[in-house]
Amino acid sequence: MDVYLPIANLSVNGLFIVTLGALTGVLSGLFGVGGGFLTTPLLIFYGIPPTVAAASASTQVTGASVSGVFAHGKRGGVDYRMGAVLVAGGIVGAGLGSLLFRFFRAIGQIDVVINALYVVLLGSIGILMAKEGWQTLRGSKTTEAARRRHHPMVAALPFRYRFYRSGLYISPLAPLLVGVVVGILTMLMGVGGGFILVPAMLYILGMSANVVVGTSLFNILFVTIATTMMHSLTTRAVDIVLVGLLLLGSVSGAQIGSQWAVKAKPEYLRLILAAIVLVIAFRMVLGLFYQPDEIYTLAPL
Amino acid sequence: MRALLVLLAAFALMGQRDPVLVPEISQHEVQVRQGFTGTELLLYGAVLDPDGQAARDYAIVVVLKGPSEPIRLREKERFAGVWINAESSDFRSVPSFFAVAASEPVENIVDERTAAIFEFGTDYIQLSPTGAIDSDALSRFAAGLVDLKERQGLYKQDFQGVTISEGVLYQARISLPSNVTTGMYTAETFAVSRGRVVASATTEVDVRKVGFERFVESSSQEYGLAYGLVAVILSVGMGWGAGRLFARL
Repeated sequence: MDVYLPIANLSVNGLFIVTLGALTGVLSGLFGVGGGFLTTPLLIFYGIPPTVAAASASTQVTGASVSGVFAHGKRGGVDYRMGAVLVAGGIVGAGLGSLLFRFFRAIGQIDVVINALYVVLLGSIGILMAKEGWQTLRGSKTTEAARRRHHPMVAALPFRYRFYRSGLYISPLAPLLVGVVVGILTMLMGVGGGFILVPAMLYILGMSANVVVGTSLFNILFVTIATTMMHSLTTRAVDIVLVGLLLLGSVSGAQIGSQWAVKAKPEYLRLILAAIVLVIAFRMVLGLFYQPDEIYTLAPL
Repeated sequence: MRALLVLLAAFALMGQRDPVLVPEISQHEVQVRQGFTGTELLLYGAVLDPDGQAARDYAIVVVLKGPSEPIRLREKERFAGVWINAESSDFRSVPSFFAVAASEPVENIVDERTAAIFEFGTDYIQLSPTGAIDSDALSRFAAGLVDLKERQGLYKQDFQGVTISEGVLYQARISLPSNVTTGMYTAETFAVSRGRVVASATTEVDVRKVGFERFVESSSQEYGLAYGLVAVILSVGMGWGAGRLFARL
């Protein structure tokens, strides 16, 4: 089924795009990650211009996270108070990120920066999650007992506040800062940021595991809306036809994913996500050190 | 007056005037709309001697060019084991599409200088580089650019692409892939004889988006805010709708 994309200026196989959307949808429902870290590179690989791919993927992630937020919200899996703080930080971060993006693009190193960020972040997060997952699977109680509730620096911050659903009594400055950092990375890497946010919530803030996925999706929802608007006003690269196709797949995928998420054991889920993250990080490492397919890249002036 | 007479006499003595080229193109407008997967243009026409006889010993070269755009080309280099963007070069007029078809290999019919003047081949595209860059680096960048565009299907040359029947009618097929840039395309046809371009003619093709595709593109350009809001509403709506739908199942 050939579909012409009016902004990307080329025709694509519609079924392929819908399938890609469904795949990322399942991931987003299952793990609370947006799936942008998978969609964007695959769209670029398929021949869609990088800016269009990043912009449209972020709009698609909005749709995938809406259904996820609804699904998790019904089960009480969203800490709206925590989410609001994260979103506030995320929007500030997205603004900062777009400045950084412009700077790196001006000096021509944006793709190296993006690749390096992917490698460092995905690699360290993947290893961390794989280690945790493996230890819980083996049932070693020692690590569980020894684990800190949250990072000591978080506890040191002033203005403590009670986040009931997360089971936390911490300063809102901590999630605000996390939100800013995630927002910067969202804009730089063209992804929802869930794969950074989920571990940050678990290991830095120490939120209770049953609200992590829902709250992460809640944050992604609003940050990607902000990103879509920013792209529509500046790069004008959101391709609404591409978005529609991706959404067709991803909204149904997200529902299926969040249904599986209830049944599956969280430690297995964490291991699988860790594996996916590590595979992508490895691919990115190869991309940095192997001779790239394209030595030359075009940029309009 | 005397000069004119001499000139006329010279023409008469040579007994040979330039042939007439009558080019035509299968469609003067390519509509890019839903389901567009590229199209094929048929460039055809007749080449005649001025006295109406079939022209002899002519080679035909057809050059189809899309709208030009200024670009910056970056070259990756290995730095401490990591491939990063190093040098870059700017080009002021890079045709978004470039296709050459000829009835004979161009090197057999004209010298290199003529080929360069009339852009007979992807090696001869006039890219108008800017900035101080030495000629070695320049040819490396130009080759890289052409190679990239060739693999995208946007630059091509076919030296058997023009067929001439009975020495009068010529025709060439050039396919436009779906990823072409919209705009005014020019098709130039050249008749070449004894290493010289003896006649040329130009026709135009308007490649443009129509209907929904045109509407989407122009609204994204002119009404960014509304476009963004519609995109957000679409994605939120579809996500919410799917949530409701699955909740009932």
